[in-house]
Amino acid sequence: MISTNTFRKIKPIIFLAIIAPSFLWSFQLINGSLGVNPIEKLMDNLGEMGLRLIIATLLISSLSEFKKLRFLIDIRRMIGLFAFFYVTCHFLTYIALDHFFDISFIIKDILKRPFITFGFLSFVFLIPLVITSPKKILKKLGYNVWKKIHYLIYPAALLSSVHFFMLVRANKIEPAIYIFIILVLLLYRFYYKVIVPRLAQ
Amino acid sequence: MKILPSEITPYKNYINRRKFIKSSIAAGVFIGASTTLKASHLAEDNPFNSQLDESDTLNTFEDITTYNNFYEFGMGKTDPSENSSNFNPKPWSISLEGLINYPQVLDLEKILNKVTIEDRVYRLRCVEAWSMVIPWQGFPLAEIIKIADPLSSAKYIQFVTVFRPEEMPGQKRRLLPWPYVEGLRMDEAMHPLTILSTGLYGHDLLNQSGAPIRLVVPWKYGFKSIKSVTTIKFVDKQPDATWSMLAPSEYGFYSNVNNNVDHPRWSQGTERRIGEFKRRKTLMFNGYEEEVSYMYEGMDLKKYY
Repeated sequence: MISTNTFRKIKPIIFLAIIAPSFLWSFQLINGSLGVNPIEKLMDNLGEMGLRLIIATLLISSLSEFKKLRFLIDIRRMIGLFAFFYVTCHFLTYIALDHFFDISFIIKDILKRPFITFGFLSFVFLIPLVITSPKKILKKLGYNVWKKIHYLIYPAALLSSVHFFMLVRANKIEPAIYIFIILVLLLYRFYYKVIVPRLAQ
Repeated sequence: MKILPSEITPYKNYINRRKFIKSSIAAGVFIGASTTLKASHLAEDNPFNSQLDESDTLNTFEDITTYNNFYEFGMGKTDPSENSSNFNPKPWSISLEGLINYPQVLDLEKILNKVTIEDRVYRLRCVEAWSMVIPWQGFPLAEIIKIADPLSSAKYIQFVTVFRPEEMPGQKRRLLPWPYVEGLRMDEAMHPLTILSTGLYGHDLLNQSGAPIRLVVPWKYGFKSIKSVTTIKFVDKQPDATWSMLAPSEYGFYSNVNNNVDHPRWSQGTERRIGEFKRRKTLMFNGYEEEVSYMYEGMDLKKYY
């Protein structure tokens, strides 16, 4: 078992490991080593990383309820903020590089194409989580209100994995696995928050 | 359309040029060779290449051969160039089947003796909204159709890609229902722009580009241009085509490049030309409107997308 203190020591390493890809990809973009279609590649890399980190945040929430894994809760906020960082970079790449600030086209694209609508909504749902992430705000809101706001991570996760699912042309195994994980975690939550208390009564 | 003898690259020269390019690859000066080719193509007054305009510069051999959709070798864009080394395109034969007077299995060598290899510089527009300009070598599909001599009942042609899971790792998984199939209406198949290609940049097709022989239909989305063709079957009804079977609402049988018919996933109004930063407008029928639109007169292209 890892103590919270030792875990705190390796936190900077996790920080660097998660931020590193964004530097690598920026370098590769400038360097021209991001393949034949670099904008598409960058957008895919950023989006996939964002989605994986969203799911990691969810997993941490559930896993840290086990005593032996309680230390994980210490990095949840960091992972969650990084998820938003990568999702934002993904969205900005779409706006700035893919469509070169053609805002009227982008608005139409968001409204018209369900997979982009879902991706955009997921991004929007993440914003309140980021705003309420500082400890000060948590204290102001009170844990119960804060927690309710943070349940938004579930629709955000579902929307972004459906966004991914719809984008992939064939062999949808990877996005299907993400959706499956999210649904299992949701059921697990539901079981402990709703079913178990009722049985106890 | 008439072809002047001067516009045809003799097969002998084609072989020579191929040797030249092979040796220059070995010498590491391939970029030089490709610019020479580019210059000669732009100077040539080939009516089939005239749809290109000033801004349509050739994509590099490297771009064309390392960014491919060929799920037989995997789903990633670089998978085909990375996973296709075990594929053996020689010897090769094509089976001509169905409603024809001369059903037969033709060796590729025999076919190549009967046809004249021409240079065709075409735009290629992928349904995923990216595009390239590719200098193909090949011959009109019509030549093969003449050899087969179709019955009047033959209205469509179905094409089948080879099925070799041992050599094509993607076929070991059910990424798509194998083998890949595609189809054309007879007039589309007979159209002089429709070619069977055996090379690009004067080099035999690499495995990732659909070696040794593939279809190229420049006014349709790239997935219609089926690769590594092993069977050409003449039929009386519209044949199955892999993508339009899988997702009929997304991929129609015709799949003409059409900037007015939107795809649920990709806007078809614009495209990213590989190598360029800003998107460019997609042209109706990929810029071949003048040549091909007569075949679709009176058809509702929103319905028959």
